[in-house]
Amino acid sequence: MAEYTMVAALNAALRDAMAKDPRTLVFGEDVGELGGVYRVTEGLQREFGSERVFNTPIAEAGIAGICVGLSLAGWRPVAEMQFDGFSYPALDQIVSHIAKYRNRTRGRTSMPIVIRIPSFGGIRGKEHHGESPETYYAHTAGLKVVVPSGALDAYRLLSLAIADPDPVIFLEPKSRYWAKEQGELAVDGPRMGRAWVRREGEACTLVTYGAMVTRCLEAAEVLARERVSCRVLDLRSLVPLDLDTLAESVRKTGRVVVVHEAPRTLGMGAEIAARIMEEAFDYLEAPVLRVTGYDVPYPPAALEQRYLPSVERITSAVRRVVSY
Amino acid sequence: MVIHEDPYDVAPVRLVAPDGTAVGDTDVGLKPDELRDLLRLMILSRRLDRECMALQRQGELTVYPPFEGQEAAQVGSAFALEPDDFVFPSFRELAAAIVRGVDVVEYLQYHRGTWHGGPYDPIASRFAPICVPVATQIVHAVGWAMGAKLDRLPVCSLAYFGDGATSEGDFHEAANMAAVFGAPAILFCQNNGWAISVPLREQAAGPIHTRAEGYGMPGVLVDGNDVLAVYSVTRAAAERARAGEGPTLIEALTYRMGPHSTADDATKYRSADEVKGWRERDPIDRYLKHLLASGAADESFVADCEDEAKEWVADVRAGITSLGPPPADELFGFAYVEPPESLERDRRSSTEASDG
Repeated sequence: MAEYTMVAALNAALRDAMAKDPRTLVFGEDVGELGGVYRVTEGLQREFGSERVFNTPIAEAGIAGICVGLSLAGWRPVAEMQFDGFSYPALDQIVSHIAKYRNRTRGRTSMPIVIRIPSFGGIRGKEHHGESPETYYAHTAGLKVVVPSGALDAYRLLSLAIADPDPVIFLEPKSRYWAKEQGELAVDGPRMGRAWVRREGEACTLVTYGAMVTRCLEAAEVLARERVSCRVLDLRSLVPLDLDTLAESVRKTGRVVVVHEAPRTLGMGAEIAARIMEEAFDYLEAPVLRVTGYDVPYPPAALEQRYLPSVERITSAVRRVVSY
Repeated sequence: MVIHEDPYDVAPVRLVAPDGTAVGDTDVGLKPDELRDLLRLMILSRRLDRECMALQRQGELTVYPPFEGQEAAQVGSAFALEPDDFVFPSFRELAAAIVRGVDVVEYLQYHRGTWHGGPYDPIASRFAPICVPVATQIVHAVGWAMGAKLDRLPVCSLAYFGDGATSEGDFHEAANMAAVFGAPAILFCQNNGWAISVPLREQAAGPIHTRAEGYGMPGVLVDGNDVLAVYSVTRAAAERARAGEGPTLIEALTYRMGPHSTADDATKYRSADEVKGWRERDPIDRYLKHLLASGAADESFVADCEDEAKEWVADVRAGITSLGPPPADELFGFAYVEPPESLERDRRSSTEASDG
């Protein structure tokens, strides 16, 4: 059976998309000969030429802004922001234009743009290299926001994102870039916008995404030894949020813990907890708890494991809701 | 005190002096009917602009940004483009929209408050949505030009922006990227001297057009109230772009005779003398004198233009004032091609709530 890192799977998704649709373009800082700082675009420029795969100046607003013009000219831009923390200069273009353009033009234009952003922490990175920017985008109407948790689904989600007619913010969990997964690359399977039950369980649902899926699976393993069986729900897509699967999980387990790296205040956990109240309050057996990053700037390498949700913090939260 | 002279030591490209006399080669390659059409379009634009001010005062439009004084800068530049070229306006380019054949009633829906930036068809009219976030549209123009270059199309884009926009980072990123990628784009700055209440000297310590050299593209300074000069330099920039020679930065010196918008009181920050000085450089008076003197147009042509403008503006007024709100369902209609299910639920519950 084949084995892929997330980097290799993303690279394959880009390659396949470019081969399939000659209007697909890949650009960003260092994405050419170098193949991007994480090598996600490695070999693409050689294969597809420097017109379709090109380096840009260090200009994140410019990178996002040219996506708009290229879309109007009938191209499908797949842009790379080098790092989460460097994507903020592009926010104005993303929020004011990419997200709104279709609406502003009464549906006469569309923005089939993918903006890939290596995101989240856990790699002992320097400052500005461990950000969780998902809420900024999820709070902006007009965007879709996707976060893969493993290699095979990263291939699927990126392929679907590139084919999607709406703009997609594609957040890649850096700490999972080099994790290997066995299987075949395929687009078939859960669509964009559907959550994925990664582990079945009855006592509690762990709702999470990105790198925290792996951590939640580890926590579920620990809890299983205590005869506490956890369902692990990998959201995959933060916009749209799969409310049906979320509600189904609540009906099934009655207890929910939301886990994410981003700071707690107004993080996805707040939205998920509120949606659960709206969709499935009657099935709740305990309050929804959140295990998240803290409301501080992302810490230096020496402290990041203290900041990130740990197996211990997750298991402790589950024990609380189960014994409620 | 000379307060309305050119702000820089270097003289702008000028073909017709403010008194209408030719001071350069006025044979810019336009046929007599085209020369007359420039005048006609400027007259139509001014009449509509004034009507929009009236419509705003009467409560028929929300805040409106007048462009009186900038007719030559907009009409001359837009007239230099071909139908397949693409214009990326800011929010004061109604005259350019008229030249491009944009449906004016649809355009004014924006100022009517019935829809956002692009209520007209931006693809069919090759005129991007009205763009308020300052300078952001310049980057779009560069992206579009990059796409056209990839398609090897003999076209160019033109981005309109003001002097204030050149302080924004997006201006820099757009100019730099345009030059690096050799994008067939024209960066057209209407330097009207004021960014709301802030004069150019508080906005920038050096000229705008000379920045082009630092980016590696030509920079042109033109008298923005001289429609033939504007046409001529824009045409040259478009030909350069189409020939694969990359972008051009044009700085057109002009002046907005009115306020920044109807929400602004320009008398608070600039003198009546300054405004008077620019009235003497009025782009329409100047060109009218020139055309009459050269024999390309006569008084009856001008009278016809005024009649046409009167009738047209009345039609636009009727079109605007009869515009009701869009169907409420459109609130949800356009945000996504494939909207999230939760949004569809909101749409249904919103409809039920209002129906019931």
